[in-house]
Amino acid sequence: MITLTDINKTYYTEATSLHVLKGIDLHIAKGEYVSIMGASGSGKSTLLNILGILDNYDTGEYLLNNKLIKNLSEKQAAAYRNELIGFVFQSFNLINFKNALENVALPLYYRNISRKKRNIIAMEYLDRMGLKDWALHLPSEMSGGQKQRVAIARAIISEPKILLADEPTGALDSKTTVDVMKVFKELNDSGLTTIVVTHEKSVADETHKIIHIKDGLIENIENRR
Amino acid sequence: MNNSDKISNNKLGFIKNLGIFDLDRWEEIWITITHNKSRSILTAFGVFWGMFMLVAMVGAGVALQRGMNSQIEGFATNSCFVWADRTSLPYNGLKKGRGWDMLNEDIPVILNKVPEVQYLAPVLFGGGGTNNVTRNDLAGTFNVKGNYPSYNMIDASKMVYGRYINDVDIAEKRKVCIIGERVYEVLFPTKENPVGKQIKVNGIYFQIVGVGRHTSSVNIGGDEQETVVLPFSTMQQAFNQGNVVHFLAVTAQPGVKVKDLEEKIRTVLKERHNISPDDKSAVGGMNIEDQFTMFLYLGIGIASLIWVVGLGTLFAGGIGISNIMLVTVRERTKEIGIRRALGATPRNIITQILSESIVLTLLAGIAGLVFGVGLLYLVGVGLSQSDQFFKDPQISFGVAIASLFILLVIGTLAGFLPANRALSIKPIEAIREE
Repeated sequence: MITLTDINKTYYTEATSLHVLKGIDLHIAKGEYVSIMGASGSGKSTLLNILGILDNYDTGEYLLNNKLIKNLSEKQAAAYRNELIGFVFQSFNLINFKNALENVALPLYYRNISRKKRNIIAMEYLDRMGLKDWALHLPSEMSGGQKQRVAIARAIISEPKILLADEPTGALDSKTTVDVMKVFKELNDSGLTTIVVTHEKSVADETHKIIHIKDGLIENIENRR
Repeated sequence: MNNSDKISNNKLGFIKNLGIFDLDRWEEIWITITHNKSRSILTAFGVFWGMFMLVAMVGAGVALQRGMNSQIEGFATNSCFVWADRTSLPYNGLKKGRGWDMLNEDIPVILNKVPEVQYLAPVLFGGGGTNNVTRNDLAGTFNVKGNYPSYNMIDASKMVYGRYINDVDIAEKRKVCIIGERVYEVLFPTKENPVGKQIKVNGIYFQIVGVGRHTSSVNIGGDEQETVVLPFSTMQQAFNQGNVVHFLAVTAQPGVKVKDLEEKIRTVLKERHNISPDDKSAVGGMNIEDQFTMFLYLGIGIASLIWVVGLGTLFAGGIGISNIMLVTVRERTKEIGIRRALGATPRNIITQILSESIVLTLLAGIAGLVFGVGLLYLVGVGLSQSDQFFKDPQISFGVAIASLFILLVIGTLAGFLPANRALSIKPIEAIREE
């Protein structure tokens, strides 16, 4: 599903440069449930952004679903993000003037699905997240846990190949964290490759494989199954 | 549930990508515009005001132009007038300050020597004192003029009743007349058809053959509405005027400058009447073409100024929209980043921002157009009866369409910079922004 070979990434500023990823080699198979852990500045978010085609890498090779992800045009990158990847963010990143249903349906809008059709599908996904009754509510009217479940529904509505979650429980209390992780577990059980970036050990412990990153390199991979 | 069927590529996708028929996108735009109503209204106000001012000013310019045109309606703009005046230079032993008369015999010579003449009409003026025109016990003081049929080609009167003087009237020196509308009102208070009726002009009976309505404000020898026109030849004979011509009204052939024509006629007259070729004042003249050209340039000047100011205001409104949209894009950085992370292509983002700008500009502009046209209508209703110099303020359909096209261009230009700014937003940076 995912193969990274000798991935390097350096950030340049006017005066300095920062070599963030220093040759990452990684393989994640279809249906795996993986977490990436590391201290602040270790490069874990950069790695996730490259995996999510939100950022470019300098050298190396990234194969996603047998497609080489390199030097893509903005249009290609947008299409791959839409088809292959579902994102869940720490701060939910819902559009505040759209209700839950419209937020969930948004990825289908960029696939030219009619409003009627995408609303039907979005309602099914909200129902799966137990939020059917909240479909017409704005994000500002929902709790953190509800917002994150809306974000998860939005991430999986386009049936992506992988689900990328960046600190998905960072803004949630412990009880809600458990609920959200349960959702991830169910999604992975249904066959969805799931990658979670976290600094919470308890969250990482839920996954099948923990990748520890340190100073831009994979320190070790901890198999938990 | 497997969604693959539901979310398979929509075959109408390429049509949707064209944007215009994409109802979803229009709804999306509408949601964004109405999401922050006060900001949208303030943004749009600049364009609204620009369009309103443009329409109001163009309409006012049209009204001024129409007012000016109505002053010379029916009057040949390629015409000049020539009359005899006192000499200002001695010549061939004759003293300066000598009076002289134009004569009937001058007419064929002028026509022969000046082929540039299109129409030539000798005119005779006559007064007659108080209540010089009577019908039974009704009387009025009116001007009396002797004209040729060709005069109506130069200074046209619309015939309310009957006809104008014709060649037979001239040849047979018929005792017929045309009366102005004011004369008709005084002598025929019951508004009956006056054709065939007799009136007395300076003590002589004439049969009315027509009533003329004078539309131009240019009047030669008194207000045409208060004038009785006789056949030139009849007037010369009936009022013992000999073979004198008081006045010549002349138009130039197409392509001939009236100034040149006037000069040639003066030269002929000077030769025939022993007047120095250098005498500037012996042959009086007036050139309507010069006056008309001045009117024309004044009108063009006013119209140009209006368009420059109006378009300037409209562009200022467009710049306002562009500025506010730049702020909006800045505020929406995160939203745009999220959209891009979810699969929005650069084209999606550009068309969204451009469409918002165009919709806002067009809505505001159309509102300005409607209010402007409404104002012009109200002013037009208020003015319809009275003012002669400001008539029917309106804008043409063509101007309205052109204005909308200009708005479309302004809206696109206004959205271009914000759209590019939106495009430069990296999804990753936008999403990180809190």
